[in-house]
Amino acid sequence: MNCFTVALAGNPNVGKSTVFNSLTGMRQHTGNWPGKTVESAVGYFDCFGIRCRMVDLPGTYSLLSHSQEEEIARDFICFENPDCVVVVCDATCLERNLNLALQIIEITDRVIVCVNLMDEAKKFGIDLDLDKLSEFLGVPVVGTSARSNKGIDLLKEAIFDMAEKSSERIGLSAEHTERKAVLYPDEIEKGIELISPYVEQVYTGYVSSRWIALRLLSRDYEIIEGINSKLRSNCFIGDDESVGDAPRMLAAALRLAQPPEDASEIIVESIFRRASAAASVAAGSQGSVGENLASGAKSGDGKKVVNAATGESAEKNKLKERNMRFDKIFTGKLTGLPIMLLLLCVVLWITIEGANYPSMLLSEVLLGLESKISAGLNVIGCPVGLRSFLCEGVYRVVAWVVSVMLPPMAIFFPLFTILEDFGYLPRVAFNLDKYYKSSGACGKQSLTHSMGFGCNAVGVTGCRIIDSPRERLIAIITNCFAPCNGRFPMIITVISVFFAVFASKHINSVLSAAIVSVVIVAGIFSSLVVSKFLSKTLLKGEPSSFAMEMPPYRTPQVGKVIVRSFLDRTFFVLGRAITAAAPAGAIIWALTNVRAGTENMSLFEIFADVLDPLGQLMGLDGVILIAFILGFPANEIVFPLIIMGYTASGSLSEVGSIETVRELLISNGWTPVTAICVIVFVLMHWPCATTCMTIKKETGSFKWTLLGILLPTLCGVICCMLINGIAFLVRC
Amino acid sequence: METLNELKTGQKCVVEKVDTSLDIKRRLMDLGVVKNAEIECALISPVGDPKAFYIKGALIALREEDSSKINVRICDKESNSDEKGWGE
Repeated sequence: MNCFTVALAGNPNVGKSTVFNSLTGMRQHTGNWPGKTVESAVGYFDCFGIRCRMVDLPGTYSLLSHSQEEEIARDFICFENPDCVVVVCDATCLERNLNLALQIIEITDRVIVCVNLMDEAKKFGIDLDLDKLSEFLGVPVVGTSARSNKGIDLLKEAIFDMAEKSSERIGLSAEHTERKAVLYPDEIEKGIELISPYVEQVYTGYVSSRWIALRLLSRDYEIIEGINSKLRSNCFIGDDESVGDAPRMLAAALRLAQPPEDASEIIVESIFRRASAAASVAAGSQGSVGENLASGAKSGDGKKVVNAATGESAEKNKLKERNMRFDKIFTGKLTGLPIMLLLLCVVLWITIEGANYPSMLLSEVLLGLESKISAGLNVIGCPVGLRSFLCEGVYRVVAWVVSVMLPPMAIFFPLFTILEDFGYLPRVAFNLDKYYKSSGACGKQSLTHSMGFGCNAVGVTGCRIIDSPRERLIAIITNCFAPCNGRFPMIITVISVFFAVFASKHINSVLSAAIVSVVIVAGIFSSLVVSKFLSKTLLKGEPSSFAMEMPPYRTPQVGKVIVRSFLDRTFFVLGRAITAAAPAGAIIWALTNVRAGTENMSLFEIFADVLDPLGQLMGLDGVILIAFILGFPANEIVFPLIIMGYTASGSLSEVGSIETVRELLISNGWTPVTAICVIVFVLMHWPCATTCMTIKKETGSFKWTLLGILLPTLCGVICCMLINGIAFLVRC
Repeated sequence: METLNELKTGQKCVVEKVDTSLDIKRRLMDLGVVKNAEIECALISPVGDPKAFYIKGALIALREEDSSKINVRICDKESNSDEKGWGE
C-alpha cells in the first residue's frame, strides 16, 4: 500500500518529537534540550483513512549550513520527495523558527507550518493570528500544544487536505514558482533572473530552480555538489568539456551575473527580515499583509515590526526574569558548580535510599521462588542436571539482575529525566564548557556524557550533536567513562557492602551517595584526561566553535515522566535480563559444573586460575575478571556473575541480604582495597557489546572501535594496579 | 570597535560585522547573528567562559573564541530602553 510521506522539520527543541509521538502514538524519548533527536525516527499513523509515514528529521536552525543534521534534513526534503513537510515552530520564538520555515517553503510548496507551544505562548501573553500568518506565508498554518495533545487533530486535518490536493499532481506547482517566499534585493533578484533558465535546464523538475539559483549565487558549492551527486546530474563546477551545453552555459551565466561577494549574507539577512515580517503579522501588528511584504522584504527598517513580533510584553519579560532567577542560581559564579554537585548527590541519595526496600522485597520473593521452581521441576520429572542448570544457572542470575539492579535503575532514570525535562542539562554543559575546551573537546560532550549515565550506546549516538568530527570522535571514545545505568547499581552495591559502616541506615545511604558522586566525578575527570590525551596525540586539533542554545526552563511533567521512564526502564532491564543474563547464567553454570583435567577442576576454576595472577596484580581476582568478561553483553550481570562464581565454588548456597553478600565476599578474600579496585574497574573497562556496535556504526571504523575498547580498559588496568600497588606499599 | 565577548551581563549591543571563517559565520547567521541584529549578554559561566546571549529571543552560549570575532556597537542602556527589548 502506498504511504503518504510526511517529513517533520523544525528548529531544535521545539517539540518535534512530542508532535511525532502524539501523531504516531510512539514513544520517542523527548527532553528539554536541543539535539535530542539525532536520528530520523520513522512512525506510521492513520489520517482519516490515509496511511501516513512520518519521518522525524533532526532539528536544525537552517538548511544552509554544513552540519550533519542539516545535511540529513536538507537531503530528505530535497530528494526523498516527501509528500508533505510539517515545519514545527516555537510560538514563543516565532521569528527564528519562521526563518527555517521560509527556507523550506523556498524548496517546496507542500508545507504545513505547525506553530507548537501555543499554550506556553498564551501564558506569556503572546496572541498569534495564525490565519494571517497562513495568508502571509501562502501555506496552511495550524496551532498546537503537543505536550497536552491540543491541536493535533487540526494538524491531522491539514495533512489530510494536503494529501487530497497533492494526489492529482507531481512536482512543483506553477504557483510556487510564481510566488516568491522571500523577495531579495535587486542585485540578487537580477542574478536569479539571469541564471534561472539555465538552472532549469540542468536541474529539471526535482528541486525549485529558484532555490538552486540562490545556492549558486551564494557560492554554496558544498550544497550544490551534494545536489549534483544526488541527482547524478552533470557537475557544473569546473569547465569539464565532456558535459553538455547547458551546464557550461549555466557557468557562463553565473559569471555574468556577478553575485556580490557577500551574497550569502545578504540572502540570509533577507530571509530573516522576511521572517520578522511574518512573525509581526502573526502577532497582529500594524499594517496589511501587502505593506509588510513590501517593507519587510525590501528595506532594512523591519525594526518596529520586529518588536511587535517578538512579543514585547510584560509577560514575556516576566518569563525572562523567571529564567534569569533560575540561571542566577544554576550558573552563578559561586553557586553554579556546588549546586551541580549537590544535585548529583541528592539524585543518588534518593536512588539508594529508595531502592533499598523494593530491592529487599524483590530478592526475597524471587529467590524464595527458586526452591519452589526447583521443586516444581522435580515433580514434572526434570533430571537433576537440567534442574540445577535452570535454577542455579539461569534463574538465579535473572533474579539477581531484577532484584538488585532493577530498583536503582528504575528510580535513577526518572529522576534524571525530570532534570532533563526541566532544562538543566544544557546549564551543566554551560558550566563545564571551559574544562572541556581546555581538554580540546566540545562543551556538548558533557551532554553526551550525561546521556551515558542512562545508556552508553545512547550517549554514543547522541554525540552527533557535536559538529566537529574530531570532537565527536573524542566524545564517542570517552563516553563509557560515564557509568551507565547497568553499571552504577553495582557501584552502589559494592559501596553499601563495604563502606557504609555506620549503624544508621540513613547516614549510610547519605555516605553511599557521596561516594558514588565522587566516583562519577572521577569518571568525568578521567574522560577529560583521556580527551586531552587524544587531542594531543591521535586526534590533534584546536577546539572548534561552540554555539549551544539554552532552552527556557519548563515545569517538568513529573507524573508523566515518572510513569513513562519508570516503565521504559523496567521493560528495558527485564528485556536485557532475559536476553543477556539468562544465557550468561547458563554459561557460568556450565563453566562451574563441567569438570576437566586430572585434578577434576571445573572449567570455571581453571579459567579463574589462569586469570588470577593478572587479577591479583590489579587488586581483583580471577573470578571477578571472568565475570567482567562474561558481562560483555550486558554490564548488569557482572555482579550477579561474581556472586555465582563464588557460591558455585561451594562456600555459600543462598544469597540474600547485604550481610550475607558481605560475608560471602570477605570469605573470598575481598578487602576494602578489592572493593575500590572493583569500583574503578567498573568505571573503566571495555564498553558493553551494544555500545561497541554503536561505536562501530557511528564511526564507521574498526580502528576507532578498537581504540574505544582498549583505551578505557588500559586506563582501568593501570589505575587498578596503581591503587593496589599503593595499598601494598602502605601495608608494608 | 568593541567585540561581543566584552559585554557584561545586562548590556546590549548591535552587530556590525561577523569576522569569522565562513563555516562559523553561517552557523552564527542561522542563529540570528546578522548585521544590525540586537544581542544582549545574559549569563557568564561560573568559570568566566562561555557567555550566554539573547539572540532573536533565544539564549545562546558562545565561547570567547567566537564571540571575540563578532564586532558590535555596544548600546547605551538608557538611550533605547523605551522601545527596544531583549527579544529582538
